Amino acid sequence: MNRVPSEVLRDSVLPVVGVFVLVLLWYAAIAARLVHPVLLPSPVEALRALWNGLSAGTLLLDFLRTVQRTVLATLIATAIALPLGIVLGSWPRLYRSLEFVIDFFRSTPASAMFPLFLVIFGVGDETKVLVATFGAALVILFNVAYGVMNARKNRLLAAKVMGASPARILFEITLLESLPQTFVGLRNGVSLALVIVVVAEMFIGSADGLGHRVFEAQQLLQMPDMYAAIFAAGALGYCLNLLFQLVERRVVHWSGK
Amino acid sequence: MATIVRPAAATLDEPAVAVPHVTVRGLRKSFGAATIYDGFDVDIPRGRFVSIFGPNGCGKSTLINLIAGLIPADGGDIRIGGKPLRETRIGYVFQNYREALFPWLRAIDNIEYPLKIAKVPKAERRARVERLIAKFDVKINLNRYPYEMSGGQQQLVSIMRSLIVEPEVLLLDEPFSALDYEMTLFMRDQLQKIFNETRTTMVLVSHDLEEAVYMADKVLLLSRAPTTIAAYPDVPCARPRSPETLVDPLFTDLRGHCLEVFQREVRKS
Repeated sequence: MNRVPSEVLRDSVLPVVGVFVLVLLWYAAIAARLVHPVLLPSPVEALRALWNGLSAGTLLLDFLRTVQRTVLATLIATAIALPLGIVLGSWPRLYRSLEFVIDFFRSTPASAMFPLFLVIFGVGDETKVLVATFGAALVILFNVAYGVMNARKNRLLAAKVMGASPARILFEITLLESLPQTFVGLRNGVSLALVIVVVAEMFIGSADGLGHRVFEAQQLLQMPDMYAAIFAAGALGYCLNLLFQLVERRVVHWSGK
Repeated sequence: MATIVRPAAATLDEPAVAVPHVTVRGLRKSFGAATIYDGFDVDIPRGRFVSIFGPNGCGKSTLINLIAGLIPADGGDIRIGGKPLRETRIGYVFQNYREALFPWLRAIDNIEYPLKIAKVPKAERRARVERLIAKFDVKINLNRYPYEMSGGQQQLVSIMRSLIVEPEVLLLDEPFSALDYEMTLFMRDQLQKIFNETRTTMVLVSHDLEEAVYMADKVLLLSRAPTTIAAYPDVPCARPRSPETLVDPLFTDLRGHCLEVFQREVRKS
């Protein structure tokens, strides 16, 4: 494709347009006094709060605590769901018999489980991580099992006709076949874990974390701090997703081709 | 022992006697209520190229899948060189190369993979792949992944993968039907070259009568299910076959005969 340099430049600017429009609308809302000035500080104030919070370390600490909980929950969820998903996917009849239970709890908002987990595990840090683990594990389990069940039959037959043992077929063919779907599960799982962790930090007696920071800033009417914490949470979610996409593109390079 | 004398057109390097290589006896196979095979017998001669042709649903692919052990038979006995399936090396080329190659392996590692399963040491694997590539005279970059290659190249890789173990029998299930015409002609030539060089017993399932006759030493024409042998003629044309073969009276007569048999079988329903 022959593309004029000016077109290339124009297209590279496109992703910034949305940000620009958002900032404009923000300023317009302030100018038009749509919202009380205390509730809606200017973008500059919010960014300054973000910078101050990060450099002073208070917001940074909350950020890192949330990362820690989310990553821990995702790791535990993966460690449980990956082998279990492979087992269930390898025996479709076993999966069918458990499908309703898995689907039911996968569809249950994990936040509805907070009180139950609180009663069982107390108000400590484990509870937040465990609820997030619960939500993420079901999503990962579901995707891994389906990835294994939907492995291309031809590839399994090709390995079979070469004389591959069932164990070799499982580890060298089926597992790789299920990898694209597994990554879908991991990406959704980490997103869900982040959502649950942030909510848990707000409402389950917590002294740190981004959820705690947002909630506390709101209670104290420190609006720039609140927006700063929201931005930090958004950036975290975005970066986690981006990270998984990058890893996915490298590991499952054949996906969708 | 009864022997069959080869027609005069046979080339000199072939054995004068057709020795059964694959023997199918009393084969039975049903899918649900549909009985495909109910006491089916056939011999595939050693070192010959046999094409299978017949009406839809007569079990062409089923037959080679049963020979390859990809699906279990309901009854009967299949032997290769007198041995049961599990003691033999089979090569199988799938119609859908896209779903048969392993996309996470480079083409060259795909070709090598059956040797890995057979626990051949790494150094020897590489050497054998190099030898096969030299024999094929392929000019494609085998360090690429299958999805970076054209359909014809992928099927070529797929055929090479099936040949790397030097199989006793090579089974091909409509291997060219997903390719365009130009590529199909090229691949037929490639396959014929491989056959002429290796003299591996080959069984080709084809939905194209011209191709079936052009490639084969014998054409196995099947009836409608429950399937029997409608005819099993020798192809008297000399090898190597070329575009001129297509207008050779020996070829056109046989193709006409096969078409008659086929139409008779189709009308029977």
